Amino acid sequence: MNPTDLRYTKDHEWVRVEGDSATIGITQFATEQLGDIVYVELPAVGSSLQQGAVFGVVESVKAVSDLFAPLSGEVVASNDALSGQPELVNQDPFGTGWMIRVRLADAGEPDALLDAAAYDALSAEA
Amino acid sequence: MSVTGPRLQPTLFERSRPGRGGGKIPHPPKDALDRIPPAHRRSEPPALPELNEPEVVRHYVNLSHLNFAVDTGFYPLGSCTMKFNPKLNEWAARLRGFAELHPMVPDQVAQGTLQLLHDLESALAEISGMRAVTLQPAAGAQGELTGILMIRAYHRSRGDFERMDVLVPDSSHGTNPATASMAGFRTITIPSAADGGVDIAAFTSALGPTTAAVMITNPSTLGLFETRIGELLDAVREAGALAYMDGANLNAILGRFKPGEAGFDVMHFNVHKTFSTPHGGGGPGAGPVGVGERLVPFLPAPRVLRDEDGSYRLERTGERPTSIGRLRSFVGNTGVLVRAYAYILAHGATGLREVTDDAVLAANYLKHRLRDAFDIPYDRACKHEFVASASTIKKDTGVRTLDIAKRLIDFGYHPPTIYFPLIVDEGMLIEPTETESLEMLDAFADTLIAIADEARTDPEMVRSAPHTSPVGRLDEAMAARQPNLRWRPMRGAEMPCPD
Repeated sequence: MNPTDLRYTKDHEWVRVEGDSATIGITQFATEQLGDIVYVELPAVGSSLQQGAVFGVVESVKAVSDLFAPLSGEVVASNDALSGQPELVNQDPFGTGWMIRVRLADAGEPDALLDAAAYDALSAEA
Repeated sequence: MSVTGPRLQPTLFERSRPGRGGGKIPHPPKDALDRIPPAHRRSEPPALPELNEPEVVRHYVNLSHLNFAVDTGFYPLGSCTMKFNPKLNEWAARLRGFAELHPMVPDQVAQGTLQLLHDLESALAEISGMRAVTLQPAAGAQGELTGILMIRAYHRSRGDFERMDVLVPDSSHGTNPATASMAGFRTITIPSAADGGVDIAAFTSALGPTTAAVMITNPSTLGLFETRIGELLDAVREAGALAYMDGANLNAILGRFKPGEAGFDVMHFNVHKTFSTPHGGGGPGAGPVGVGERLVPFLPAPRVLRDEDGSYRLERTGERPTSIGRLRSFVGNTGVLVRAYAYILAHGATGLREVTDDAVLAANYLKHRLRDAFDIPYDRACKHEFVASASTIKKDTGVRTLDIAKRLIDFGYHPPTIYFPLIVDEGMLIEPTETESLEMLDAFADTLIAIADEARTDPEMVRSAPHTSPVGRLDEAMAARQPNLRWRPMRGAEMPCPD
């Protein structure tokens, strides 16, 4: 099932909080729904995210989908490898398929996200 | 993977042999080359393949045999209305008076074509309940842009520059948000209600003084008629916004529902769907647009006018300064419009209503036949198309909708639209149209049910389909990730292409 050290959103993003920053990606469930991912568009380092706003786009052979920011903050890194190898998201969504790292604007925001058990239940329902 | 097989063949470049065929341009002037300024002459001959005529003819005829078309089999592609294109249309479009008319002849010489265009505008206005129609746009998507540009011009003409939002439901065609963006608007996507219809509460709360327009497809891309359309259009009117109707699904409502009378301000027609003109190939197409009273001043120019003496003429440049201008050279793609006109006249009002009734009956029949083998997410009476889902099959067997679609090819059917609308899990959008017989509908239903069974008894057979087509499962992900759109010489080719 989904890693228990992560937090999740109902839009199928995951968040790994490390100190004052957080790494963000999409869940394995999301990649299964999307099918083969062929293109990932991510925000530039230095841009600021608003929780709930669109921060990027993921395109699969089935559909083009928006990525929604699970947290507010400033983008401090983005996974450049995905521009040449978008398949990393399918192969290892919780690892090498990560998307961006964000410096948290509000350290309290992650606590309000879903935990693994809640997300397991949500994705089992879908 | 390699795209070769017994039914495929090498490219013309690979078949080329130096000195064979070619070069037979009839009666070239002897000084042809001298007439081209030296600066514009190429220094090396172009790397064109050299073949004799029968080789070329066979190459293309054999390739054409690999096509699947509505003339060769059932083509239930949802949202696309792949109805049969009556050959009568082709006869009409090939009449010399239409086909050989030069687009720059004076209006007096083009009276027949102008009258046809004028009458077609009237017929489409009658069908849609709109006040006036333009035939200029070259396709449905350009029709959408035309409609939204007129909406923009309308708001601006009233000194209202604040309306920057266009609301679209999440089941809309992808062209709707694209159109709004092209015209400089911001798209706001509204989620669907649980019954698949428009979520009125979500729509009305998003409506306001910054709303320029809402774009609605009715029936929706789920094949469902929007039962709360009156309520929605009232709210749009109250907010001072305009209502755009995407006419993609007009085949479901001919003679039964007139968008203009219901309160829509503008709509486009996909003549290749509803009025049986050929699909695809990148055109030429046509996407006429109908408008209500408020948008008439903004219609593209030139309009086709009928003068008091009964003669027809094109509007003169500058005659109507409120126009959004020209969208297409001349008066649009008349060859396509002649076909649509022929179809409308051949059917008449009663015939067009029967088209819709039969299309709706066929879709409901198929939906009923498939309800035990597949999930039917919105199980109420549908219009011309419906969504079935392989969600349960996938959970039980791992066989996906994509696999089922590929397996249909083995049985001689074009697969339905899959994974659209996006809001349905493992969806297939099936649209049989009115042109299929009961026997064909039954045969298709039997096949889909058999594939659903096969997914449980022999899943590998479905997952590895198609087995009988010229090529098997193509690597769509690789094609999108590393597109290779240009032919390059292969090893051993006789005549390498310079690039």
